[in-house]
Amino acid sequence: MHIVVCIKQVPDSREIRIDPVTNTLVRQGVPAIVNYYDLHGLEEALRFKDEMGARVTVVSMGPPSAEKALRQCISMGADEAVLVSDRGFAGADTLATSYVIAMTVQKVAAEMEPVDIVFCGKQTLDGDTGQVGPGVACRLDYEQMTYVEKVVELNEGERTVTVHRHLEDGVEVVKTKLPVLITVLTELNKPRRASLPGVLRAAKYKPIVWSTNDFPDLDRSKIGLKGSPTIVSKTWVPEPRKVNTEMIAADGVEALSAALIDKLWNTDLPTRLGWS
Amino acid sequence: METEKVTGVDDAAGQPAAGVKPRREKIVLDTPDFSDYRGILIVVEQRAGLGKKVSWQLLGEGRKLAQKLDTELMALVIGSDVGELAQEAIYRGADKVYLCDSEELRDYRTRPYSQICLHAIATVKPEIVLIGATYWGRDLAGAIATHLPTGLTADCTQLDVDENRLLMASRPAFSEKMLATILCKQYKPQMATARSGVFLALPRDPSRSGAIIPIPAQMTADEIATEVLAFLEQTERVNLEDAEIIVAGGRGLGGPEPFALLQELADALGGVVGASRPAVDAGWIGHDHQVGQTGSTVRPKLYFAIGISGAVQHVVGMQHSDVIVAINRDPDAPIFKVANFGIVGDLFAIVPAITKAVRERRQLPFESKSSVVEAVAATSG
Repeated sequence: MHIVVCIKQVPDSREIRIDPVTNTLVRQGVPAIVNYYDLHGLEEALRFKDEMGARVTVVSMGPPSAEKALRQCISMGADEAVLVSDRGFAGADTLATSYVIAMTVQKVAAEMEPVDIVFCGKQTLDGDTGQVGPGVACRLDYEQMTYVEKVVELNEGERTVTVHRHLEDGVEVVKTKLPVLITVLTELNKPRRASLPGVLRAAKYKPIVWSTNDFPDLDRSKIGLKGSPTIVSKTWVPEPRKVNTEMIAADGVEALSAALIDKLWNTDLPTRLGWS
Repeated sequence: METEKVTGVDDAAGQPAAGVKPRREKIVLDTPDFSDYRGILIVVEQRAGLGKKVSWQLLGEGRKLAQKLDTELMALVIGSDVGELAQEAIYRGADKVYLCDSEELRDYRTRPYSQICLHAIATVKPEIVLIGATYWGRDLAGAIATHLPTGLTADCTQLDVDENRLLMASRPAFSEKMLATILCKQYKPQMATARSGVFLALPRDPSRSGAIIPIPAQMTADEIATEVLAFLEQTERVNLEDAEIIVAGGRGLGGPEPFALLQELADALGGVVGASRPAVDAGWIGHDHQVGQTGSTVRPKLYFAIGISGAVQHVVGMQHSDVIVAINRDPDAPIFKVANFGIVGDLFAIVPAITKAVRERRQLPFESKSSVVEAVAATSG
């Protein structure tokens, strides 16, 4: 069993602020983290390593500084890490990204061991699209299982996997054949902390780094900016809601509550909501 | 074909380009001719023959775009025993419906559904394809766009077209602190998934008529490796996008227990409980409750923001609520800027009092859950 986990180093977008004066993004001091959905994919892969001796390879596309993110995965227990890094890959949208990730998984499969499962986070914190996972599955011609909150059974003999897919109105129990690409939700598991031996190994570990030249079959029209059909034509900070806020003040919570209820019942809400 | 690309801003994939100044470069692309692509196609999502709201909302928005482009609005309905749904799509604004109705299509599975979509797109040649940004829609759209290939913009909250018939698909970026407009200039169809609860559905009009064109399924049962074993409906799961009243909590709650207080208020009002991202990230409440970035965009009639500071990424998800009530300890919390009514104070005292007042006003029996209140008081320190 060979499991590939796709990860991305992202700026922690929760920490990005808008400068109220210039209306621009303030990126200074924003930490780079492993996209946290991806860590849940890694944890699931490591579970199968613990339970059935699966081999776990982590791959990422990004700048050289993303080595740090890969070392974090090694410290948690991944066997190998591959960084695909080249200026030629830069500026990729989800279509071009999925092409490079799929090429990488193919190369990993050819040079290390055939791949049975690919785990991806359901989306990234910075892109928030959730499109790369399906894109990679499609290019690899793997079965695609998105928004998985539980892997119920992985049957090595039958080469099948049964998962719970999360939907708005319930959970779908789906069985499919390997190889499969699974995108995961945080509900799946709780990522482990790095072990001491893991930390020691990670400190010395050098990820395998591949550039465009390491992919002899790479179609250069499909990578980076060139291979990206979507372009950002503009960005802007949305207009805030305009409202005259009425602050309610009174002595004691009973009086406050009564005042609020009076205000609400003076709107058309009771009629529109059919309140008795 | 020669074209220009402007970069330097973050692209749709969110590849950060920090410190890179916008640059222009000439790129020669060998793209097929898409000049005969016309019309807008909405892929309708359904379960058990019932259309999802977002599909009707997209037909409503698609109608506007079709008018601007002076073109047809079409729908694609896939499933088993979904003939009536095809008719429903006409009532909801489609001029024409492509219908793929087959027993094997009862459950959604990526491969057979995406193959039908690809067949329909190759036949119909629409210039725009829109799909709801649901779990279903994101799974399907990602597969279709990669196969075609074409550009796909995720999770749009604004759609428009420009003078060159280009789809201007706008979506939140950077935790919804900004909006980005994304174009796909060289490929057709231009694809986007769009959020539920953002666009307005047209009133159902049973006097509308239009052609329903059957199309064949593309895969046989034994070609499909995936099998849906069961669907476990979770009726207790919150559906924020359809809720009329939401009582939402944030970081100020300090832990999972106080959500019980919010649930009691929601019960008294006849609403559901929501949450901001920090509360969900902390594991205090499930992701289904999340309003704002990567959660739901909501437009209820009444929204309570309790212990929520009002970060931009939350506000964009709830600012279209009709009436907003904010309760926060901090008088300078930005949430008050978007609230119709604001109360500064201790939520642990105020929320139960409001619940009681609502129950009295609505003459509902008061359910004493003082044990919950005490438990909360004990943990809130």
